Amino acid sequence: MPEVNVNGHAYAVHGAVGTTLAEALRDELSLTGTKVACGEGHCGACTVLVDGIPTLSCITLVHAVDGAKVTTIEGLRDHPMVYSFVRADALQCGFCTPGQIISAVALVDSKAAPSTEEIRHAMAGNLCRCGAYPKIEEAIRTWQD
Amino acid sequence: MARLIRTEKEVEGRFEEVWLVVEEDALQQWPAGAREVVGQPATRVDGLERARGEAVYTADLKLPGMLHTAVLRCPYAHARVARIDLTPALARPGVHGAIGPRDIPQLEEECGYQGTAVAAVAADTFEQARAAVAAIEIEWEQLEPVLDPDEAIARKQLVGEPRERSRGDLEAGLAEADIVVEGEYRTQVVLQSSLETHQSVVQWVGDTIEVYTSTQNIWGVREEVSAALEIPGDKVRVVCHYMGGGFGSKNDADDFTFIAIELAKRTARPVRCALTRREENIASGNRNATIQRLTIGAKADGTLTALGGEYVNATGWGGWSTPVEGPMQQLYSCPNVKTTTWGAKINQPPMKPFRAPGFVEGTFGLESLIDVLAGKLDMDPLELRRKNYAGNDPSDDRPYSGKNLMECYRRAEPHWERRHDVRARSTDTVKRGVGMASQVWYGGGGPPSYAWIRVGSDGHATVVTAMQDIGTGSKTAMAQIAAEELGIPLDHVTVTIGDSARGPYASLSAGSSTIPSMGPAVRAAAADAKRQIIEIAAQRFDLEERVLDITVGNVVSADGNLTVPLTEVLGLLESAQILGKGARGPNPTGMTVLTFGVQVAEVAVDVETGEVWVDRIAAIHDVGRVINPLGAESQIEGGIIQGIGHTLSEHRLHDPRTGQILTTGLDAYKLPTIADVPEIVSELIDQPDEHLTNLGSKGLGEPPIIPTAAAIANAIRDATGAEVHELPISREEMLRALKEAKERGRIGAPKEREGHRAPAGV
Ligand code: FES
Ligand code: FES
Repeated sequence: MPEVNVNGHAYAVHGAVGTTLAEALRDELSLTGTKVACGEGHCGACTVLVDGIPTLSCITLVHAVDGAKVTTIEGLRDHPMVYSFVRADALQCGFCTPGQIISAVALVDSKAAPSTEEIRHAMAGNLCRCGAYPKIEEAIRTWQD
Repeated sequence: MARLIRTEKEVEGRFEEVWLVVEEDALQQWPAGAREVVGQPATRVDGLERARGEAVYTADLKLPGMLHTAVLRCPYAHARVARIDLTPALARPGVHGAIGPRDIPQLEEECGYQGTAVAAVAADTFEQARAAVAAIEIEWEQLEPVLDPDEAIARKQLVGEPRERSRGDLEAGLAEADIVVEGEYRTQVVLQSSLETHQSVVQWVGDTIEVYTSTQNIWGVREEVSAALEIPGDKVRVVCHYMGGGFGSKNDADDFTFIAIELAKRTARPVRCALTRREENIASGNRNATIQRLTIGAKADGTLTALGGEYVNATGWGGWSTPVEGPMQQLYSCPNVKTTTWGAKINQPPMKPFRAPGFVEGTFGLESLIDVLAGKLDMDPLELRRKNYAGNDPSDDRPYSGKNLMECYRRAEPHWERRHDVRARSTDTVKRGVGMASQVWYGGGGPPSYAWIRVGSDGHATVVTAMQDIGTGSKTAMAQIAAEELGIPLDHVTVTIGDSARGPYASLSAGSSTIPSMGPAVRAAAADAKRQIIEIAAQRFDLEERVLDITVGNVVSADGNLTVPLTEVLGLLESAQILGKGARGPNPTGMTVLTFGVQVAEVAVDVETGEVWVDRIAAIHDVGRVINPLGAESQIEGGIIQGIGHTLSEHRLHDPRTGQILTTGLDAYKLPTIADVPEIVSELIDQPDEHLTNLGSKGLGEPPIIPTAAAIANAIRDATGAEVHELPISREEMLRALKEAKERGRIGAPKEREGHRAPAGV
């Protein structure tokens, strides 16, 4: 039974072998802030931090993150990036947003003031069908304001 | 007072003549310009809960005892179920119920497209349901698919009747033309690709069915379910609090809702039925492909004398034939116009509306050919457009309720002027250019739509209406309108939406209709509440009602002698409330209500590789009064980005022989990413439409996607002389067009394209 630390709380996960991290988070722990939009690693909606690294939870098996520290959007509820996204109107339907914010937080953790090129590079794996991209870029540029 | 009128109702360019009960709209519009709250940029009232992942979407809903569904869908473009046996599925672990063809009309034996729902299984987990579906024994009889739209039309295999629209005499118009240009344009199938897939969770509570669904049309789903189940509308509760995108594809209950309802009935458990992404890419709708054979005749001075179009909508196995001829009918003043539009029924998944259905495709064809004409006439494309400006609706000569397209053109000038500098930055291999295209579309909304409002003794108000916010920010706009009318701060207004059992009838969110339909109803409800508050204040302070008003949280008298906080008046209520109700009034009679705009694109083309980059798009649109400039800018950017995807990368491919869909995942179907986004400059005219409702606001959801493809194609022509005729402008299409341009030389007449056909009547 894998033990995962999620947002500072230790959980023993019961899911069968083959359960993805996204399923464990959403179905077992009821942390539904992490969204699943494709389930096969193509959109970034399910991004969470595993030991600080942005990770696609829909294609990560929960047994593979035994002992790891996982951060989901629920663990970042008062992160300045959340407010920056709202301020910049960097979300429309909001379905991609938790994943976007996780990727953005990982980026600014590694570099507080990334360039436009760095933002585009780091965020290119997070699809937003509503096309909030210009505002996402702005939110990441202005997150410390 | 309620009034019964006979009127035209429009959704997504489809008109119906209906009886309608409407209420008078007695409120005067606010003067033009930004006000205390309306017209000021506002962040989303529900932004924080969405950003924090607290918002519960249909996809997040987990009801106690809920079962999960997997659906068996036809793997072939055309096939018949020869034999099916559900028993092995029922024997699988975790399975609670299974249904097949004839159990409900949505499960079919005759499958006209890949993805037709055939059978479904409900189990404790989705994995169990999926394994059970795999265990269903099924034998198929494969049938020959019809995939070529022209062939379908030749066989009279049609969706709807061919639509012929004509004014004047096309042949006479061509005869009097000094110059005639022709072109065949083709657009591809693209997918709405909402990140939340189509899905419903349903449960029976007594004799009421509760349908939690990802929808743009709460009341439409209620009506469909009530009709299908033959139960009263109020026994169907439809709920959608947060919605992960629809773009036109989520206006109906659809197979998944009825599958869930039937399985919930059989298992006596709540049931979820959600499409996977792979199902979504096949069976949830698409913007259908089109073929457009166009002819334009003009005088040497650029005056249009004739517009002819033969349009084919490759609608798929169902759906409807979109108004792809709309731009040709309505964009320009031209006395002789004839269009014919066919809907070809082919063995491909049915279309569903996708952000300005028909007009996106039709504008690409028409506006591309207009620029070809400008080139032949050696005329400035902007001048040519101005020259043929339509003062009245050219299709029926009715006046517009409001039209500021000329002002859009004027504001486009500085962007258009940049073309000299842009071209000058070309190199031997990378050519740069600028192109423009105009936009016309509906977006006036209409009745009926209703809202309630309650105002408490604390001076806070709650708007209650059973509309949906599909991500456009309409909830925020409603809060702004109510705050403005009541004279209270925005953060004193809460908006409760998304539940047919907890609010009055509201418009669907399609056809850019939420703000123009709902906004006036919300304002009317707030005005009704305000009137009551003033009545109370008048009695309390012994003043006449007509001298009292509410501004910035105070009740004030006209002479300035009385200024009391609103809460002091409302405090008299203690824990009671003021209740206001409002309705959307009628649209102006005898007038055409449309939205307008123009976009100017700057592109770079690598003439060796065929790669195209969009560097900048300037968008200027006229949608009446703007409620929230920040949200409006987001809508424009989102529309343009989808437009860029449509123009350059998105393409749902099928095997031309078998009809098999090839792009079922988001790896193969290429949506734009953040790296594909150009500089976007957006401007709105922000002039209230004086004839339209108490707000003068029109919708903005669809207009921004309409001219993008044509503006890019025209910029490519400006940069390289190459004429693209097909979307997406893949490297193959770009290299083909470059080669063709090289063959005919940069100057001189474009060569007739092979396989070219004249439009009907020519
Ligand atoms: S849901 Fe994980 S990448 Fe799309
Ligand atoms: S906000 Fe809707 S998908 Fe990004």
